[in-house]
Amino acid sequence: MSLPVIIVLLVSLVACAILCIVCPNLIKAALWMAGMSAILALIMFLLGAPLAAAFELSVCAGLIPVIFISASSMTKITSREEQEEKRKERHRRFVYLPFLLITLGTVLLFVLWPHVSVLLPDTFLTPGSATAQQILWNRRQVDLVGQIVIILVGVYADIVFFKGVREK
Amino acid sequence: MNVLFYVFLVAVALLLTTGIYCLIASHNFVRILLSIEILAKATTLLMIVVGYVSGHMAQAQAYVLTIIVIEVVLLVVATGLVLGIYRDTDVLDTRKLRNLKG
Repeated sequence: MSLPVIIVLLVSLVACAILCIVCPNLIKAALWMAGMSAILALIMFLLGAPLAAAFELSVCAGLIPVIFISASSMTKITSREEQEEKRKERHRRFVYLPFLLITLGTVLLFVLWPHVSVLLPDTFLTPGSATAQQILWNRRQVDLVGQIVIILVGVYADIVFFKGVREK
Repeated sequence: MNVLFYVFLVAVALLLTTGIYCLIASHNFVRILLSIEILAKATTLLMIVVGYVSGHMAQAQAYVLTIIVIEVVLLVVATGLVLGIYRDTDVLDTRKLRNLKG
C-alpha cells in the first residue's frame, strides 16, 4: 500500500468532513457525509478489512444519508432572509475551524513527530490466523446478541416517536 | 512503516477536532447529529488502523461492525427524538429550547 495514495484519501476524508459541517444546505451536508463514508470504506478495503468496508459502504454511505435527508425534508423551508442570516452566523462561528485544523496538523506533523516516532513500532505485527467470520460467530456471540437487542430497541423507539409525528 | 501509522493518527486527530468543534459551535439538531457521525467515523478509522498495526484485523472488523450497528441505531433514535421536539416546539435550534432551564 503506497503512502501517497493513503495521504490523498485521508486528505479527502478530512475535506469531506469539513465540507459536511460548513455546507449551509443540510441535504448537501448529508451527501458530503455519504462521500466521507465511501472514502472511509475505500481506506478499510485497502487496509485489508473488506467485511467492515462493505458494511460501511452499504449502511453508512447508503442508509444514513437517507435518514438525514428524510429528517431534513420533514422540517419547514425557511425564508430567504432567514437563510441569509443563518449563513452569516454560521460563517462567523466556523471561521476559526480552518485555522485550528492547520495549527493542529502543523504541530502534529512537524513538532511532535520527531518525539513520537521513537515510540511507534517499526514493523507491524504478524496477522492473526482467525478470520472475521470466525471471531464474529464463535468468539463474540454476546456482541451479536447485543446488536440484535439494540436494533430491536431502536425499532421500538422509532415506532413510538414516528407514531406521534404521523398523528400530528 | 511507522510513518503510515502516524499519518493515520493525525487524520483521526483532525477528524475528532472537526467533530468536537461542530458539536460545540452548532445549534441545529441535525448538524449536531452530523458531528456525532464524524466522531463515529474517526473512531471507526482508529479501530481499523489499530487492528492493522497490531495484526488483529479480524477482531477489529468485528468491533467495527458493532460500532456501525450502534451508530445507525443511535442516529435513527436521535432523529426520531429531533422530529418529536420539532413537532412539539417547531424549532430545531438548541438555544430556543429553554423550557427545562433551571
